[in-house]
Amino acid sequence: MPNAIARTEDIELRLLLEAIFLKYHYDFRNYALASIKRRLTQARDQFGCRSFSQLQDMVLNESGMMDELLGYLTVQVSELFRDPAYFRAIREKVVPHLKTYPSLKVWIAGCSSGEELYSFAILFREEGLEERTMFYATDINADALRKAEMGVYALERMKLFTENHRLSGGKSSLSDYYTAGYGAATFDKSLRKRTVFSDHSLVTDAVFAETQFVSCRNVLIYFTRDLQGRAIGLFKDSLTRNGFLGLGAKETLRFSPHADEFTEFSRDERLYQKRGGI
Amino acid sequence: MPEPAHKPYRAVVIGASAGGLKALSAILPHLPADYPLPIMVVIHVPPHRRSLIAPLFEEKSQVRVVEAEDKTPIEGGCVFFAPPDYHLLVERSFELSLSSEAPVLFSRPSIDVLFETAADAYGDGLIGVILTGANNDGAAGLKAVMAYGGKGLIQTPATAFSRAMPEAAIEACPSALILDLDDILLELKNAA
Ligand SMILES: C[S@@+](CC[C@H](N)C(=O)[O-])C[C@H]1O[C@@H](n2cnc3c(N)ncnc32)[C@H](O)[C@@H]1O
Repeated sequence: MPNAIARTEDIELRLLLEAIFLKYHYDFRNYALASIKRRLTQARDQFGCRSFSQLQDMVLNESGMMDELLGYLTVQVSELFRDPAYFRAIREKVVPHLKTYPSLKVWIAGCSSGEELYSFAILFREEGLEERTMFYATDINADALRKAEMGVYALERMKLFTENHRLSGGKSSLSDYYTAGYGAATFDKSLRKRTVFSDHSLVTDAVFAETQFVSCRNVLIYFTRDLQGRAIGLFKDSLTRNGFLGLGAKETLRFSPHADEFTEFSRDERLYQKRGGI
Repeated sequence: MPEPAHKPYRAVVIGASAGGLKALSAILPHLPADYPLPIMVVIHVPPHRRSLIAPLFEEKSQVRVVEAEDKTPIEGGCVFFAPPDYHLLVERSFELSLSSEAPVLFSRPSIDVLFETAADAYGDGLIGVILTGANNDGAAGLKAVMAYGGKGLIQTPATAFSRAMPEAAIEACPSALILDLDDILLELKNAA
């Protein structure tokens, strides 16, 4: 009877997530279950385990297993100027507001391997905001953060990235920002000289700076609503009055307990503005 | 423990690919405004960012038709389309999740991902429908639906624009019902 098996499996899954939390302090216990279950099922099969319990034994006792598993527990998919309309709206609608500030702090939460950060750095340079801006790029995946700090991407991805950049209203050629060689595009390191890369979890860590713009895209979709509420609470506390929050193309504050602390600034592009007086 | 003979169905999932728009047009616009079950749909479309499919069906249907947003609560009488380039998943809490994890069988959204997670959430209260398509996405998903005790409906390959998907589903699920679109519509109406 498949339902009985499913129930045992659920117990084992919960125990696995608990074990990971107790030993490594990565807290996936309140992630949206459907997706995490799928990905851990893949990990279980990949590592030749019969059950989540066996996988739990491995992750607790074999060195290096946690790093491997983190590749399954987090989803690392990104693009430069992903959803160009988002970046175009920032250029056209948000930048004029940002220009009124003498100094800016921008937080890219869940930056993955850096594509989103470089998009912001390029956009801010093109719009003349770079010199006054400090970027925080945070993630829980150390491997992704390392890649973000290197800024090296496969050359074959540049066609898409170039097109995205153009559609975002890019004022220069993307190739001005990287050098190509040996099948790789290496982004100019001056783009990240004003960036602090840091290991930070939206689930277990606290606010670390006051910011004018938080961009957190395609991270909250992996959280339950409760956890989304926590993360959005962090953004609200970090943002100054009238600060901006940008989400992924299919993410919304509509179902959030924090919804009325923000106004919809650009509805289709999922740009929100924190209300004054909060 | 003996199970009651007729469990009421609680949700429908539909998967389609090549030729799917036309096949869906024979179903969704014909459901009554008070159709009580929620319907989740994955149709493979080229990954353009904006999808016009939900508005298209909203226009000509009596049930509500929307493109799913993350953590949308599932409601009866509403059709939820997976947004282009995101997987659509059903949570146990009967909310919809999106994910940009890797394509499955070259597909994102993936029919298998929707069907498997919906089966996990709805158990034997689920109806899975596989329509026309040129690949084998959905076969494993429908198998999961039926393994949990749900009902499987497959479009008759001969009447499908592209027969590969229904044929793959039939091979994976020999006990599914193989029906023309009219009869699939009838089954969906009768299940409610
Ligand atoms: C799909 S990527 C999004 C990348 C980029 N923001 C974009 O939209 O293209 C999701 C990222 O969220 C990170 N992540 C997952 N849980 C997190 C948490 N609790 N705190 C911070 N980042 C997290 C993952 O490691 C991964 O890099």
